[in-house]
Amino acid sequence: MYVELKNINKSFGDHKASDDVSFGIEKGKLIGLLGPSGSGKTTILRMIAGLEQQDSGDIIIDGKVVNNIPAAKREIGFVFQNYALFRYMTVFENIAFGLKVQKKDKQFIRERVGELIELIGLSGLEKRYPSQLSGGQRQRVAFARALAPNPQLLLLDEPFAAIDAKVRQELRSWLKDMIEKLGVTSIFVTHDQDEAIEVADEIIITNNGRIEQVGTPLEVYQNPQTAFTAGFFGQTAVLENYTDFHTFEKPNGAEKAFVRPEFISVTKKNEPQKFKSSAVEGTVERVAFRGNNMELSIRANGALLTAKRGLDAAEIHVGEKVDVFIYRLFVTVGEKAVLLENQSAREGSVFI
Amino acid sequence: MKRSKRVIPGFGLSMGVTLSILGLVVVIPLASLVVFTAQMSFADIIKTITRDRILASFRVSFLTAFIASLINLVMGVILAWVLVRYKFPFKRILDGMIELPFALPTAVAGITLTSLTADTGLFGKFFGIFGVKIAYTRIGITVALVFIGIPFVVRAVQPVLEKLDASYEEAAGVLGASRSKIFFKVILPEIMPAALTGFGLAFGRCIGEYGSVVFIAGNKPFETEITPLIIMSELQEYDYPSATAIALVMLIASFVILFATNLIQARSAKILKGDS
Amino acid sequence: MDKTQDQSKNAKIVKWLLISISTLFIAVMLLLPLVTVIIEAFRQGFEVYLKAIADEYTVKATLLTLEATLFAVVINTVFGLFAAWTVTKFKFHGKKLLTTLIDIPVTVSPIIAGLIFVLTFGRQSFIYPLLEKADVKIVFAVPGIVLATIFVTFPFISRELIPVLEAQGTDEEEAAALMGASLPRIFTKVTFPHIKWAFLYGVVLCTARAMGEFGAVSVLSGHIRGKTNTLPLHVEILFNEFKYVPAFAVSSILVILAVIVLIIRSVVEYHGKKDG
Repeated sequence: MYVELKNINKSFGDHKASDDVSFGIEKGKLIGLLGPSGSGKTTILRMIAGLEQQDSGDIIIDGKVVNNIPAAKREIGFVFQNYALFRYMTVFENIAFGLKVQKKDKQFIRERVGELIELIGLSGLEKRYPSQLSGGQRQRVAFARALAPNPQLLLLDEPFAAIDAKVRQELRSWLKDMIEKLGVTSIFVTHDQDEAIEVADEIIITNNGRIEQVGTPLEVYQNPQTAFTAGFFGQTAVLENYTDFHTFEKPNGAEKAFVRPEFISVTKKNEPQKFKSSAVEGTVERVAFRGNNMELSIRANGALLTAKRGLDAAEIHVGEKVDVFIYRLFVTVGEKAVLLENQSAREGSVFI
Repeated sequence: MKRSKRVIPGFGLSMGVTLSILGLVVVIPLASLVVFTAQMSFADIIKTITRDRILASFRVSFLTAFIASLINLVMGVILAWVLVRYKFPFKRILDGMIELPFALPTAVAGITLTSLTADTGLFGKFFGIFGVKIAYTRIGITVALVFIGIPFVVRAVQPVLEKLDASYEEAAGVLGASRSKIFFKVILPEIMPAALTGFGLAFGRCIGEYGSVVFIAGNKPFETEITPLIIMSELQEYDYPSATAIALVMLIASFVILFATNLIQARSAKILKGDS
Repeated sequence: MDKTQDQSKNAKIVKWLLISISTLFIAVMLLLPLVTVIIEAFRQGFEVYLKAIADEYTVKATLLTLEATLFAVVINTVFGLFAAWTVTKFKFHGKKLLTTLIDIPVTVSPIIAGLIFVLTFGRQSFIYPLLEKADVKIVFAVPGIVLATIFVTFPFISRELIPVLEAQGTDEEEAAALMGASLPRIFTKVTFPHIKWAFLYGVVLCTARAMGEFGAVSVLSGHIRGKTNTLPLHVEILFNEFKYVPAFAVSSILVILAVIVLIIRSVVEYHGKKDG
């Protein structure tokens, strides 16, 4: 493990920001710290950087316990949420700042900064001030500034939060490519699931100061281990009494269930439905066009479900009665989540 | 190890320098006032501050300061409105002039206002026609205090008015409210906390004002003698206990005003932060 | 249609009415006094003016004023920079108390400011015997004047800096510190560019107020001509001796300073708006 957190605790007054946080990160990986706001993800990032001090526990970077090493000596590059560019310095001076602090010679600084400016594609804008740059350009400068002193670890706090939706998409892939190319171990914080899934090699999910789950995007999406993770991704519907929907078993201690849109099949009354006997009737409350599919809100057994339907399928109208079949769902048992397949589907051995 | 580290350097140094200078310049002198007060008996303090001449000076000081601040409250709101909402020639100069009472030494203001309003002065002559005397009367004191207090309300209201979204009034206008109604029902309640803050600051400053008032006041006991002047004369007679007792009343008054102002200010700060 | 036309016509009348009231108010209350000082100073011609300025006691008073001002500006600059850094860049308990203490000097009457120094260093003070033994005179001497001047102008620089630094936040400093930059480097390269205009204004305002301070200095000065007389005190003496032309001539120096303050203030405001 390249970066390791062991039993970290941190409180701000009465608020417990980190509750026995432990995890490890391999060298060269791009890690997404994902969680709702107030879940303690930024605190974790700031403690690794040394911007905050944990109340107890150890932080280990490259085999060294860094608890007592000041932030400046941890060889960390940090990209702040609003970039914190030096407003009264040019792009060149911003990127060169860390190198000047390290008293590198002028020739070296000029070359290294030139290299980085080319890397981020801002050649010719060296003399601009941050106020003369677009949001995306500022982010690139912040990125280059953090990388200039050649840090062992790059930390990014909500790196895309301050950028227009349009540019964000482009920057995400840019940043991922860049970090892969440079091979620097990186951790970024985000509250946006799509962003985490798209950018990270591995996702760490935080909630209420605790780590809920660690894994690749696919793992955490497909196999949520905890109730929180199961409910966190996608447009999940909550079923308080999931046994109202047919042919799901009920493990001991099972409470409610989470259903994702892709777990649901919706058919019109006159369409064939293979599992008709296990389907329930629902009423369509809302139909919304989502570009490449239709999104349906359906009331069935008192619960409001969200489902998708292809554009080439026959149109469904608000108020229509439809058949709803649920292939699978996540059931919560205490804090754990368990995946259940619909028994009739299993018997029918269908694949989706 | 438990001690939380600060990332930005210089906390110990800057806190140390700040506290040392603050201690030497402000805290120790203030403490000596407390020490000196503690040596006086409560009965003596009461006896001193209830002397007729001193009570009269309280009346003069508080009354003139209150009236002057009231005038500045009205004029301050008008000035702020004009400076924020209208465009007209020389506006920036007008805006810059507001600060003059902060920059001009009080003694200079004092002698100038006195010479303008004395019998031989420009205004003195004019008002003399109607039999109104300004210099060496309470009117004169009020004039000097109006001068001193001008910037407070204007500078408190200006930023709030700037922040008040024009669409807010437009919305009221679309709903059919008349202009005067919009002003009194929509805008005035919004700027009132800021205006009162300015009023409080001006009032606090005016009751303690000395330089600009002594020249124009005439300093006639029971009529135009202000409290700061009484403290001054007690000091000149080396009657420190009396001076301190009267000063205490002034201090308590200004702290009460300051406290009330802070309460109001907290409200207007909320408005200012609201849509930034 | 008619109604809206009527309304906009009314609005125009109100607008020009309010602008007229404002302009008249400022002209009478602020501009006229300023002009009066200059007219009165030159009433008997340029030569008399020069003679008044070059008068031995005027020169001595000017020197003393400059001395006190220099001390006040240097100490308050050091204090202002450190205090602003402490208050805006760190979190700590008691911040509110600290900022309240810093502001006390401008909330108390200048006479009371003078009084507390008399109580601290005067005859009844417990450190007076020590001072006497060391042959140090503070009250009714130059050190007292210097102290009083420092006190009354104490928060002027920090008060200009704190709001600007507060608005700027701590991100840039954190980023710089994270890269290992030292305190002097962070301050000069990262922080100071943000506050340079506010700092300049603070220093100029502090200078003007230090030169013009009257009440507090009046308490601590023995009014000894050529020794403990500052410019404003000299103005007072001249005026009370009915030497109006010299009084206004000396005042004109202070007026010019006040005008410079106002000009710098509007420059600062212009830059502040442009950057913000």
